[in-house]
Amino acid sequence: MPTAISVENLSYTYPGVEDTPGVTVFTDLNLTIKEGSFVAVLGGNGCGKSTLAKHFNTILLPCGGTVHVCGMDTSDPDRQLSIRRNVGMVFQNPDNQIVANVVEEDVAFGPENLGIASPAIRQRVDVALKQVGMYDYRGHAPHLLSGGQKQRVAIAGVIAMEPKCIVLDEPTAMLDPKGRREVVDTVSRLNREKGITVVLITHHMDEAAKAQRVIVLHEGKVELDGTPQEVFSQVEKLHDLRLAAPETVELCWELNKEGNSLPLTQLDPKECAQTLFAFLQE
Amino acid sequence: MLKDITLGQYFPGTSPVHKLDPRTKLLMLVVYIVALFTAKSWLSYGLCLGFLVMVVAVSKIPPKALIKGMKPMIFILVFTGLLNLFMTPGETVLVSFWNITVTAEGLERAIFMVFRILMLISATFLLTYTTSPISLTDGLESLLGPLKKIHLPVHELSMMMCIALRFIPTLIEETDKIISAQKARGADFESGKLMERVKALIPILVPLFISAFRRADELATAMECRCYQGGEGRTKMKQMRYMRRDFIAYFVGILLIGATIALGSFGL
Repeated sequence: MPTAISVENLSYTYPGVEDTPGVTVFTDLNLTIKEGSFVAVLGGNGCGKSTLAKHFNTILLPCGGTVHVCGMDTSDPDRQLSIRRNVGMVFQNPDNQIVANVVEEDVAFGPENLGIASPAIRQRVDVALKQVGMYDYRGHAPHLLSGGQKQRVAIAGVIAMEPKCIVLDEPTAMLDPKGRREVVDTVSRLNREKGITVVLITHHMDEAAKAQRVIVLHEGKVELDGTPQEVFSQVEKLHDLRLAAPETVELCWELNKEGNSLPLTQLDPKECAQTLFAFLQE
Repeated sequence: MLKDITLGQYFPGTSPVHKLDPRTKLLMLVVYIVALFTAKSWLSYGLCLGFLVMVVAVSKIPPKALIKGMKPMIFILVFTGLLNLFMTPGETVLVSFWNITVTAEGLERAIFMVFRILMLISATFLLTYTTSPISLTDGLESLLGPLKKIHLPVHELSMMMCIALRFIPTLIEETDKIISAQKARGADFESGKLMERVKALIPILVPLFISAFRRADELATAMECRCYQGGEGRTKMKQMRYMRRDFIAYFVGILLIGATIALGSFGL
């Protein structure tokens, strides 16, 4: 499968103000993300998750090394627009990324910036709103929607630009459990049905468990990288990085402390319950 | 309390007034204001009022919403009314006490002025109630388009206006939250002398400004991410086109202003 995003020897330091030294986030980061995959990026505060996301869409440019997106070098100023067109970004606070006063006008903002003809914009907006299940709200004012709905509008605004890749920077951090589920389900459906590459940055392990691949960042380095089962079964390592495994895995791990040998690969509560049931019957 | 402010709020709808081209509505507002200010008699006022009532009826905007929007204007209305009532010299004295005299002319003028302001405000409210801010700014941008030739940043101005309108409800909500948070810590906004009350506002304004700047920064990033590059090469989803109803509206507008000018020239 072709590569959507490749990061080679990336180093980045936030410039310091006046005499204070800058903050170095990455010294030598290497990472590739395949086209059409669903990748979750985990990590504690200040590990460089958001900084990494900003490199995918030329908001930040590498101090050293390169970042290639869909084969384009992000440090090439001529490619900036087509990179941004191909990598949509969804941010944490839904209020601060909705530009317009009506849902459909906001979704149209991106395509309008691309200079697409009016009827084509209309069509893209309708398709995008249907994909996130917000078509019935197209005439609503965004500030009257719930957090999850606002975030889905923001996602629609991104997919109306027909990107190859969506990067979501903690899109669920400000949402209630229902809103979180709405957003994550929408994103994973887009990945499944439209083949859009999804990079989901999150604090929630249960969201990361829905991805195909989990990357754990720590102090600017990739500490763990693999399928959710592979990553989350390394409970001790996760605890060292001040992260927790999903609750189902934590439960089995705690039980294993008592000398049991439960598998640490159950990410779904139902499967976990069945495993426990089978275990108790023995 | 802050939620009552409906300034710049849009009531979505499908009435003919909603569907009018924003340019038509903007120009009609100008026409209406000119008519209102050339009106000198009860008859021409009645004409303007009739026009206003007609537009309200067609737009199906609940009159309650209009009245609610007037609330913050009460001070200006009362002030204008009283000023005109007491300050207009005239011959027929109605009441006189101390140095103050109320004349029949003053009373008439006060009622005139209050009505003028009321009708002016309700018409502007009607415009923002029936027109989504985006189409409003689109209309303005298109009407002011020729000024681009003298390097006036028309697109930037309309974008700024659009974003300002978009963030009014968000910032109001935020202000409410900050007020509650400060009250929970014992801040007192309701008692004390005027200066004390003004000072009590500082702990509201500082966090509000900080958060507004933070929002602005995030919004700018989000807009850049969505390929915003200014007005150049930008298209619109909804293109403005004049329809038959726009011509009808213009016709009614011309009738209105023609009638008030004609009435005025006859001294009515």
